[in-house]
Amino acid sequence: MDTVIHTVNLTKRFGDFIAANEITFDVYQGEIFGFLGANGAGKTTAMRMLCGLSTPSSGTATIAGFDIYKETEKIKKNIGYMSQKFSLYEDLTVLENIRFIGGIYGLSDKQIKEKSGQLVETLGMKGEAKKMVGALPLGWKQKLAFSVAILHEPKIVFLDEPTGGVDPVTRRQFWDLIYEAAGNGITVFVTTHYMDEAEYCNRISMMVDGEIKALDTPAKLKQQYSAISMDEVFYELARGAKRSE
Amino acid sequence: MNNISTFIKKEFLHVFRDRKTLLMLFGLPIVQIILFGFALTNEIKNAKIVVCDYAKDAASQQIIGKLQASQQFEIQNVLLSHNQIEAAFKNGEIKMAIVFPANFNNDLLHQNKAQVQLITDASDPNTATTISGYATQILMDYQNELMQLQNLPYQIHTEMRMIYNPELKAAVNFVPGVMSLILLLVCVLMTSVAIVKEKEIGTMEILLVSPFNPFLVIVSKAVPYLALSLINLTVILLLSVFVLGMPINGSVLLLYAVSTLFIITALSLGLLISNSTASQQAAMLISLMGMLVPSILFTGFMFPLENMPYPLQLVSHIIPAKWYYIIVKSIMVKGLGFSAIWKETLILLGMTLVLLVVNIKKFKIRLT
Amino acid sequence: MKDVFLNNISKTYHKGMVQAVNDVTFHVSKGELFGLIGPDGAGKTSIFRILTTLLLPDGGTASVNGFDVVKDYEAIRKNVGYMPGKFSLYQDLSVQENLNFFATIFHTSIEENYDLIKDIYIQLEPFKDRRAGKLSGGMKQKLALCCALIHRPTVLFLDEPTTGVDVVSRKEFWDMLKRLKQQGITILVSTPYMDEAMLCERIALIQNGRIMSIDKPKNIIEQFPEDLFAVKSDTMGNLLHDLKNTEIIKSCNAFGAYHHVTFNHDDPEMKEKLIRILEEKKHMNIELKPITPTIEDCFIKLMEN
Repeated sequence: MDTVIHTVNLTKRFGDFIAANEITFDVYQGEIFGFLGANGAGKTTAMRMLCGLSTPSSGTATIAGFDIYKETEKIKKNIGYMSQKFSLYEDLTVLENIRFIGGIYGLSDKQIKEKSGQLVETLGMKGEAKKMVGALPLGWKQKLAFSVAILHEPKIVFLDEPTGGVDPVTRRQFWDLIYEAAGNGITVFVTTHYMDEAEYCNRISMMVDGEIKALDTPAKLKQQYSAISMDEVFYELARGAKRSE
Repeated sequence: MNNISTFIKKEFLHVFRDRKTLLMLFGLPIVQIILFGFALTNEIKNAKIVVCDYAKDAASQQIIGKLQASQQFEIQNVLLSHNQIEAAFKNGEIKMAIVFPANFNNDLLHQNKAQVQLITDASDPNTATTISGYATQILMDYQNELMQLQNLPYQIHTEMRMIYNPELKAAVNFVPGVMSLILLLVCVLMTSVAIVKEKEIGTMEILLVSPFNPFLVIVSKAVPYLALSLINLTVILLLSVFVLGMPINGSVLLLYAVSTLFIITALSLGLLISNSTASQQAAMLISLMGMLVPSILFTGFMFPLENMPYPLQLVSHIIPAKWYYIIVKSIMVKGLGFSAIWKETLILLGMTLVLLVVNIKKFKIRLT
Repeated sequence: MKDVFLNNISKTYHKGMVQAVNDVTFHVSKGELFGLIGPDGAGKTSIFRILTTLLLPDGGTASVNGFDVVKDYEAIRKNVGYMPGKFSLYQDLSVQENLNFFATIFHTSIEENYDLIKDIYIQLEPFKDRRAGKLSGGMKQKLALCCALIHRPTVLFLDEPTTGVDVVSRKEFWDMLKRLKQQGITILVSTPYMDEAMLCERIALIQNGRIMSIDKPKNIIEQFPEDLFAVKSDTMGNLLHDLKNTEIIKSCNAFGAYHHVTFNHDDPEMKEKLIRILEEKKHMNIELKPITPTIEDCFIKLMEN
C-alpha cells in the first residue's frame, strides 16, 4: 500500500503552548482516515500543518510524497480541502463555482465543461446548475462542496467536520460520496463530531491534549477499550483531557 | 438607574481594554494638531508676484514698496500691460498679480475711493486665499496710514477681506477644523462600530431579550464616547492655546456648551448608521465615506466653500460640521458671544432633533 | 399548566421566498424539558426567536407564560432566559464582570439566585477573573448558561447549546440541564444531534420548517411502523450496496458499525431469507439481529414520508 501521509514527531508550538506534540502516523492510499479529538485537542493545528498552511516547529512529514517544509506549493496542488465553514461562494451559481475552482487548479476549459456536466448529473442537481449556491439547502451545498474539492482529482482530500448540522438522510448520502471517492483511490482525511461516522472510517486516530492517544480500526479500538460503541471509546479517552480549546 | 450606570461602566471597560483604539483616539488629535499646526502650515513666505502698474503715481509706488519690503512677497517683475499677466501665470512662477488702474492716486485722493485688482492662481485655492489675504492686509495698512495722516476716509477696494485673522495664521483655520473632525470621528465612527459589534457578537440578542429598555442600551453606549469627546476637546484646546499659541477669545463655557450639542448631533448620526447596518465593516465604511469625507470637503477649512459651484455650496448646508466650524471660529477667533451664533446653533439643534426623532422611529426592538 | 404555546406559527424571509417556519403548533408544559430536534435550516432558530420576541411571526399566535409574543413582549423579556446559538458574551470582560453585568440588566444580583447557578458557577470560579474570550469552549458554554439563568427565568431557551461541542462536554451539559429541570424551570432546547433527543421528556422532530412528529421519545420510537434489524458483515461498504439492491429490503441506512434495514413484509422468514442472499454474495461473518429503532431511524423514516 502506498503511504500518502507520513509524519514523524510532527510538533507545533505557540510560545510555551504545545498545540501538537510529536505526532507520528501514516495514512495509506484510498483509506478513509478519521481524525478525532476533543475540542482544543489540536486537530485543527495538525490539519493545517498537513495542508501546508502552517509550518511545523519540529518533526518531519511528507504529504502525497512532498516535503511539508519545502514543497508546500506542490502539496496544495495535490490535496483538496473542504470545511463546514468555508465551502463555496454563496453569490455565485453552481456552475460558476465549479468553473472558478477548476480554473484555480489549472483545469482546461474543456475539462471544466466536461467535469461540471458530470458533477451536476451525478449529484442530481441539473435543475439547480444555474442557481445561486446561497439558495441551496445546506445538505446540497455540502455535497457540492465535496465534489468541487475533489474536482482536480487530488491524492488526498481533507474534510473538516463536513456534515455538521446536516440532516440524517443527506449525511448518509454525503458518506456515499466519500466511499465513492475512496474507491477511486482518493485518500479521505476526515474530522467529525458524529460518532457513528467514526465507524465508517477504515482507521481512526484520537487526539487528546495535543498527542495521538490511540490509532486503530474502529473494531480494534472498541475491543481494546472493551466498549460497545465509538462513543464510549471517545468518552473513555477524552475524559482525561486536561485542556479544551 | 443602577442599570444604566452598570451599563455605562461596562462600556468604559470595553473602551479601556481596547488599547489600540484608545491610543488612536487620543493620539490622533495630538498628531493632527501638530501636523496641521506646524508641518502643513499654509503660511506663505516669499510668494512670487508681478505688478502691473498703470498708475505709476505716488500711491501705487508706495504700496509696491511695501509689498517689496514684506516677507511674504517677492516682486518678480513689473509688467507693462495686462496681456503679459497671463503669460506670467502660465510660466507657473508667480502666485499673484496686482493691477493698479491709471489714476489710482487721483481716485484715492479726490473720490476717497480707489480700486486694486488682485489676480491669484485659484487652482490652489488655499494658497490663493492666503496670499490675497496678505496683500489685502498690506493695502489696509497703507489705507490706515493715509487716514491717520490726513484724517480722511480713504478706501481702497479689494476683492478679499480677511479682517478677523490679521496674521492669517494657519492654526486659526485648522484648530476648529480638527475639532469638528475628531469629534465626528469619535462619535460617529466609534459609536456606530461599538453598537454594531454587539449585533455581530450576538450579545444584542440577549440584551433585547431582557427587561432593559432597548433604547437605553444604545443611549448608554453613547455616554462613554461623549466623555471621550469632551476629553479630546480639552486636549485639542490645551494644545492650541499652549503649543500653537492660539488663545480662546470668547467664552470657554459657551464653547463647551456648543461642542456638547455638536457631539450629540454626531452621536445621533452614529446611532442612525448603526441602526441600518449589520457589520462593523459596513458601519466603518459608511461613517468614513458618508460622514468624514463630506465633512472634510464641505466644512470649509480644507477647501474654501466660496470657490465651490453653487450646488455644492447648497450641499454644504446639510453638513453639521460646517455649522459647528463656523460657531467655533466665531467663539475662539472672533471672541463673539451667543448673540452672534444663535442661528448656527439653532440649525445644529434642529438637525439633532430631526436625527433623534428618526432614530427613535427607526429603532428596532426586534431582529429583522 | 402550559408555559409555551404556538398555534399555526409561520415565518418567511426574503419577502416570502424562503419559508423558514411552516404552520407550527405545539405547547410545552410547566417544568418540562422539551427538545426541538432537526438539522440546520429546519427552522429551530426562527421558532426560538419568535418565542423570545426577537422576531415577529408572519402568521399564527404564540405565547410564553400566558403573554403574547407580539403584544406583551416586554413582560416576556422580563421572565425568560435565552442562550443564542453562537457564543454571545463579552469576550473582553471577565467571567465575573459578564455575570455581574447580566445580573444587573435583569434587576438582580449573583447572590440573590446563587443557589440556582451554584453547581455550574463552582466550576467557573477558579477562572472568575479571566476574560471570557480566553476561556475554553466548554467553560464559555457554562458561563453563557449562568448568564442566561442569573435572573431565575421561568422559561429557558437554549438554541443549539451543544453544536460543535465534543462528546464529553455535551454529556456534562445535559447533566446540568437535568439538574436545572429539578428546580422547576421549563426548558426548551434545540439540537441537530439526534442522540440527544432521548435526554428530553418530549421532542418535536422538525424538518424544512414543519414539525414531523411531537411526542415523548419513547412513543415516537414505538410508532416506528416496521420491525427494524441491524446487519453487519466484514465488508460493510459492499454490504450496504448489496442490501440496497435486495428486493425484500424496504429501507437500508448505515448506522455506525451496523446497517439498519427494514423488510417489505414483516415476516419471520425474512431474516433467514436475507442471510441466505448475503451468503450467496460471499459476505463473511454476517450478523443480523432485531433492534429497537433510534430517534434517528424515526427521523429518516419521517423524512421519507
